[in-house]
Amino acid sequence: MRTLLVILLLAVSPAWADSLAPKLDIGRGGQCVEDPAFMRVNHMKLIIHQRDETVRKGIRGSKYSLANCVDCHASKVNHSVLGSNQNFCQGCHAYAAVKIDCFECHSSKPREFMRPSEFAAEEIK
Amino acid sequence: MSDVNQDRRQFLARGSAVAAGIAIAPGMLLFDFARARPAGEPASSAVRWGMLIDTTQCESGCDDCVTACRKENGWPEPKASTDVQWIRKVELKQISSGKQTSLPMMCQHCANPPCVDVCPTAASFKRADGIVLVDKHRCIGCRYCMMACPFKARSFVHEPVLDHDSDMPRGQGTVESCTLCVHRVDKGIRPACVEACEKGGHRAIVFGDLNDPNSEISLRIRSVTTTQLRADLGLNTGFSFVGL
Repeated sequence: MRTLLVILLLAVSPAWADSLAPKLDIGRGGQCVEDPAFMRVNHMKLIIHQRDETVRKGIRGSKYSLANCVDCHASKVNHSVLGSNQNFCQGCHAYAAVKIDCFECHSSKPREFMRPSEFAAEEIK
Repeated sequence: MSDVNQDRRQFLARGSAVAAGIAIAPGMLLFDFARARPAGEPASSAVRWGMLIDTTQCESGCDDCVTACRKENGWPEPKASTDVQWIRKVELKQISSGKQTSLPMMCQHCANPPCVDVCPTAASFKRADGIVLVDKHRCIGCRYCMMACPFKARSFVHEPVLDHDSDMPRGQGTVESCTLCVHRVDKGIRPACVEACEKGGHRAIVFGDLNDPNSEISLRIRSVTTTQLRADLGLNTGFSFVGL
């Protein structure tokens, strides 16, 4: 079945395949923490692993972080990874028909658009 | 231009010296200048975070700590009794003497937390450093923990959350409570309520490491009489009160 699919895909002209792929606004973009092809397949595994490490063990500062994803990939138009099918997260998830739960709780806006803490940061004595 | 480069060089040299200091002497005095955990290191059970509430310093009617918590963690002003409330002010009056006491009430970060015992999905958990948290990825919103808590410290999020924050994710259908400002503590800085209380001219809340005999909180607990709330339940709360 899989070979049949591959043959079918190969038979289709690249131009047609390109027209189907989501046109994403990658925001600031730049060098990702891993190769983009790897991220496309594995980003959810990296984030889900890190979420347990951070929430339950308190391990912070990993290079894999949802907030870091958003910081780089929020659209420069609406400052979000959601909003339309051009936005980075929503666009691809709509294309792949995968429900995205992260932003029920997490911010879809980069940290620079968060209100800063109003409270002085005195160290613990 | 050369000045700028020089500054940068000095800064980098100083930075690497500091980093080397940490690496050479783990757990030694050098650590004390900042409590921020290095990236990649988990919370340690060598530390137990706690708070001391000095009710003699807590002013009746002042709710700076509550406002600070709301702003820092992004929960809206409660209007109904079912609304989210991570911290509240409690006014007590002893009927026989008329003595009045004011204190902030929140999660007591128990060593033996009943909310963790009853949680069917292990969403409610105690971190190695004694902070009791809700893992909202696992929380199914059953609210057993709210019933188990003798301090009424937890709330359920009934409404959708629209104004998300990167530091403190919140979402509808989960239970939440005081996190001891875990996002700040992990950076080595004090919780927002402590800062606000001090900024308001009071010193009613002391935050620190109960396991460190030289921390401000340990020194205070050694020198004055303190009580834990509902000590009869054997929860060994991370909070102690002066003047109760």
